[in-house]
Amino acid sequence: MYRYDEFDARFVNERVAQFRRQVKRRLAGELTEDQFRPLRLMNGLYLQLHAYMLRVNVPYGTLSSKQMRKFAHIARTYDRNFGHFTTRQNIQYNWIKLEETPDILQHLADVEVTAIQSSGNCVRNITADQYAGRAKDELADPRVYCEVLRQYSFLHPEFSYLPRKFKIAVTGSPNDRAAVAVHDIGLRMHKNQQGEIGFEVLVGGGLGRTPYIGQTIRKWLAPEHLLSYVEAILRVYNMLGRRDNIHKARIKIIVNQMGIDKYRELVDKEWEATKDGALKVPEEEIRRINAYFAPPQYERLGDATDLLQRQRAADRAFDRWARGNVVEHKVPGYAIVNVSLKAPGKAPGDITADKMDAVADLADRYSFGEIRVSHRQNLVLVDVKQADLHALWRELTALELATPNLGLLSDIICCPGLDFCSLANARSIPIAQDISQAFTDLDELQKIGQFTINISGCMNACGHHHVGHIGILGVDKRGEEFFQLTLGGSSDQHASLGDRLGPGLPQADVPAAIRKIVDTYLVIRQHNERFLDTYRRVGIEPFKGAVYGSETQAA
Amino acid sequence: MALIKDGKLATDAFVDASAATEIPAAGPVIVSVEQWQAQRAALLTRGTPLGLRLRSDQSPEPIAADLPHFALVALEFPKFRDGRAYSYARLLRERYQFNGELRAVGEVLLEQLFFMLRTGFDAFELQSADPLRDYRTALGDFSVWYQPTGDGRPTAMQLRRGGR
Repeated sequence: MYRYDEFDARFVNERVAQFRRQVKRRLAGELTEDQFRPLRLMNGLYLQLHAYMLRVNVPYGTLSSKQMRKFAHIARTYDRNFGHFTTRQNIQYNWIKLEETPDILQHLADVEVTAIQSSGNCVRNITADQYAGRAKDELADPRVYCEVLRQYSFLHPEFSYLPRKFKIAVTGSPNDRAAVAVHDIGLRMHKNQQGEIGFEVLVGGGLGRTPYIGQTIRKWLAPEHLLSYVEAILRVYNMLGRRDNIHKARIKIIVNQMGIDKYRELVDKEWEATKDGALKVPEEEIRRINAYFAPPQYERLGDATDLLQRQRAADRAFDRWARGNVVEHKVPGYAIVNVSLKAPGKAPGDITADKMDAVADLADRYSFGEIRVSHRQNLVLVDVKQADLHALWRELTALELATPNLGLLSDIICCPGLDFCSLANARSIPIAQDISQAFTDLDELQKIGQFTINISGCMNACGHHHVGHIGILGVDKRGEEFFQLTLGGSSDQHASLGDRLGPGLPQADVPAAIRKIVDTYLVIRQHNERFLDTYRRVGIEPFKGAVYGSETQAA
Repeated sequence: MALIKDGKLATDAFVDASAATEIPAAGPVIVSVEQWQAQRAALLTRGTPLGLRLRSDQSPEPIAADLPHFALVALEFPKFRDGRAYSYARLLRERYQFNGELRAVGEVLLEQLFFMLRTGFDAFELQSADPLRDYRTALGDFSVWYQPTGDGRPTAMQLRRGGR
């Protein structure tokens, strides 16, 4: 993985020193809270309901075991023994003290991790496919471009005070696991007839209170122009994005107001003036960074097909896990292992300090010391020998990290909600807990098949509810929490926004409503079609009828 | 309001008349875009250095051809959170080759100075009890820069490649 050189290291240390001064000035009253807020946000520090929350970047979802141990150390020393992985490939700590933050950031800098721009109206953590560099269906490793973008975006002097936050995601695979269509900029890799790599550039996607699927602003962008083109998009946005209304300030609003063609025209005009200038990414810089992402020293192995067959036949539980949580690796004899953070009744994405350490140990012993974080709030060990799968599974099982539910109904995305977040209208975690406890039968989960439930505690949509097959949005109605369901959302290469099913439901009714939707689906699905495909075929009516009864159906 | 120019405390030779109903008859003066457009001929014949003040919703693009008439352009930060002027500064320096004084006015604070320095500002109406100290602090914050901007500081990428 990428390692800091002298420049990167000096930069993050200088950043910590700067923040130390800013905290000191705040505590001394030299900065007002209004002046301090954007400074702390750009260092990942939010003020939440009960305490400060620190959001730490896992750039493009790649983490070393050493870094994971540092996360555990911070959870133990400065927080309450746990952390929460988010849909932005970040980890959040919920009980942080302002005056300790510079020390925490220094600890992180020591292992080449930062919280820089994990918040604020600037370019956020660059996210990517969690299987990057290992997936069989991938054209090329997207992380080298993520790293180029990461460096480019850090403390960009022109774009540190954008109208609003700005999120970029990259996928190197036609099967989009990075949700690029719901980002301010989404980069989707393609290969041309000459075998060269290029990017399709999407712009103006995003969730929140006004969700949009991103539109293609450019079909083909050569990698050497990546930075100049992104800069052109950012500059047009910085100058024209709305600053009078925080709810209309995202790039998606102007792109959709003026239309993609007009926005493209402005960007192209800007880009023409800069594309052959200093922002051109030299081949040798790509090579330099790419070298860091060189695959580990794999053993020459054949696929362990026979062994796995025997092990799976002998042990039903292992069979289930191997079918669900293990993904094909591009190298023979190896496998990608998903570590579920979605045990029934647990808060999705949460993990204790002890388990962080345990996962780090497993990564060292089974997977070349590398860990990935997925935007679906699970962890991944990407380089496991197939022959080791059974042993690893036993260890994960003992840690309660082997729930075989990847991509199934109980693999729920969930934001922290009103239990922690000052923006939330409703508690999202209890809903996730209720649903996962209502669907614990593994045979049933398997029978239901591929299913995503995404839960947000407010319309800011950190839980990506618009793009869940079922989305659940917490709303506040006269002081009471209600939950609005949407159906048919998806964040993959065929992204779509969910449709509202009907009036909000009280918390107690949500699991039963999910049950009714699932039962309806099981009755009307054809062959083995996914819920999403059934929904796209039949529309919302049968589900509306199932949840609200025939009156609503008639109305 | 303290003015820092080229790293030193400076006396402001200009009178900012951009919000005034009447432009003073003599001496260096800063005018608004509207004043410039309405009184262009008179301003050009008064024989004093001219400055132009742009609001944060005024891009320099429409007046780019007029820039040779100005010794100073002042870009306004109505709130420190309003970052449009960073783009305007780069356009002025890098695209329109404006070589005069580029002054940051409005809510100009220590913690934004670093970004202003990098985008081409060389003068600051700094809100501070000790502006010179703040200026030096901001200068000393970083020794590594990732983005090529018009200020000519070498980026990390260039340094890695031996300064090219």
